[in-house]
Amino acid sequence: MHRHSVLRVTTKLLMPFILLFALYVQFHGDFGPGGGFQAGVIFGAGFILYTLIYGVENARRVAPEPVVRVLIAFGLLLYIGVGYAGLLLGGNFLDYFVLAQEPEKGQHLGIFLIELGVGTTVAATMVTVFFTFAGRGRP
Amino acid sequence: MIAAHLPALQIVLPLAAAPLCLLLRRGTLAWALALAASWAALVCAALLLRQVLISGPISYELGSWAAPWGIEYRVDAVNGFVLLIVAAVGAVILPYARTSVAHELPEEQHATFYTAFLLCLTGLLGVTITGDAFNLFVFLEISSLSSYVLIALGRDRRALTAAFQYLVMGTIGATFIVIGVGLLYMATGTLNMMDLAERLPPLAGNRTVLVAFAFLTVGTGLKLALFPLHFWLPNAYAYAPSVVTGFLAATATKVSVYVLLRFFFTVFGVGYSFEVLSVGKLLIPLAAIAILVCSTVAIFQNDVKRMLAYSSIAQIGYMIMGIGFATTTGLTAGILHLFNHAMMKGGLFLALGCVFLRVGSVRLEALHGLGKRMPLTMFSFVLGGLSLVGVPLTVGFISKWYLVQAALERDDWILAVVVLVGSLLALVYVWRVVEAAYFKPAPEGAAKVEEAPLSMLIPTWVLIGASIYFGIDTSLTVGVARQAAAQLIGGAS
Repeated sequence: MHRHSVLRVTTKLLMPFILLFALYVQFHGDFGPGGGFQAGVIFGAGFILYTLIYGVENARRVAPEPVVRVLIAFGLLLYIGVGYAGLLLGGNFLDYFVLAQEPEKGQHLGIFLIELGVGTTVAATMVTVFFTFAGRGRP
Repeated sequence: MIAAHLPALQIVLPLAAAPLCLLLRRGTLAWALALAASWAALVCAALLLRQVLISGPISYELGSWAAPWGIEYRVDAVNGFVLLIVAAVGAVILPYARTSVAHELPEEQHATFYTAFLLCLTGLLGVTITGDAFNLFVFLEISSLSSYVLIALGRDRRALTAAFQYLVMGTIGATFIVIGVGLLYMATGTLNMMDLAERLPPLAGNRTVLVAFAFLTVGTGLKLALFPLHFWLPNAYAYAPSVVTGFLAATATKVSVYVLLRFFFTVFGVGYSFEVLSVGKLLIPLAAIAILVCSTVAIFQNDVKRMLAYSSIAQIGYMIMGIGFATTTGLTAGILHLFNHAMMKGGLFLALGCVFLRVGSVRLEALHGLGKRMPLTMFSFVLGGLSLVGVPLTVGFISKWYLVQAALERDDWILAVVVLVGSLLALVYVWRVVEAAYFKPAPEGAAKVEEAPLSMLIPTWVLIGASIYFGIDTSLTVGVARQAAAQLIGGAS
């Protein structure tokens, strides 16, 4: 891909916007269309575009395999952790009402954290799946 | 406080342990955590079943959103019993897994293996406990996706094609189920099973409901390897790692049978499923063919794992036949056989895992002379085999006794004969293994073979022991199965 300057420059220009858009979909998901899954896919797709243009080695430097692996587990743990927090604060599993003083705030906080967990795991899983296939046959 | 949250803990304890296993990376630590989680799940399941038997069904509202809007977990005698089966098999197999997995999988895959195993356990428990039709699909996918991974980990390269074949068939099955659930939602506007059960009877003539019923029956039939839809099963069982075969054979198809029970009896109701649509007329012949054909095919297998896989399809036939009768006795037989088959087939596959550990093959030729060289392992296999045949004082006999009784209640001599012929065929294939192990001399110059280690023998013997114990003292199993059957026949619990 060294010769394709147009692709390389465009990718570099687009990268921040793709990632920012993913974060917008993630955090504006409470008020509009969007949410963790969609945001995770967009974020992951950004990484995949970067890998396609700049190669697996460069992409791995940004997202080393052990870190991505931890992120996969972390997202799910965040989700389950919120569930357990509801239990410990006296509600049922995944009860957001008890997470804050006012029930509405609790609901907001709960869904925010849960979606963050979903987004993290989805993005990390997409990147892992792509790396695994792209890295086949290499050491 | 903990008692009130048992239904949630039942699922989220193994679920939380799964990502932690991935983080631990070290095989031994991951194994210890998985072991702890599976035993905790067994304690939850036992407490839940006890509570249900004493004080009736338990309902749990996830996130404190009231049913039918929120997701409800609902435990009654039927799924309480299935939960106990799945959790017990998981808890017995994990101690066994350590040695077997260390032998069959490369070091770096161990932590991932336990993660996938726990996810599979979570999925199976979730399918069983949930009272929400869509949630059931989600858990079914969790268990299916993780079981594709587990099967693909098999050392034989053919494990990959077997896993792929199962993936294709399993995905078609799951898609059919979600289409069925979607159509039910379209017709009724609800996903909660209890709510569905109330709203469906007035819609008995509705074509959408009819199509939903068809999709759900075929989809579940694929997942439980109902006779003409069973082609994925023999390969998947034959090439998966020993632990995985034992676990899936004892739990995955049982949970799918439970799903079928739940949809036929609770959601659609006995009247609609068996009187309006007379699905029994479809299920019983298929079950009879499964028993006769697959038992016969099993006789001609030289790979013992494959032989037992075909035998599993035949045994599923017994369960489906009992369900197809739609009488209390028939259902008791079917539900009883869920438990009984889980114990004996789990034990048999674990015994084969011991053989594989020491001999490196489970083909009939490799078993020659093993009766003397691995006496404990082979004797457990013989006892499990006798149970498959249905010899008195084993669980197999109890199931068949009730099944024959149910057939005779309907004056259906032919089906009673089919069950007995199935037993004779089982005798033939079990005998082939016994003959190889006890009556053929070990080949000249064969490597010396030791007995399997205790960490693997004890779990094997626990399952085989259970399949003898519950053949003698049937008060627990028959009691629960009868209560569950009465509840299902009585309509919505």
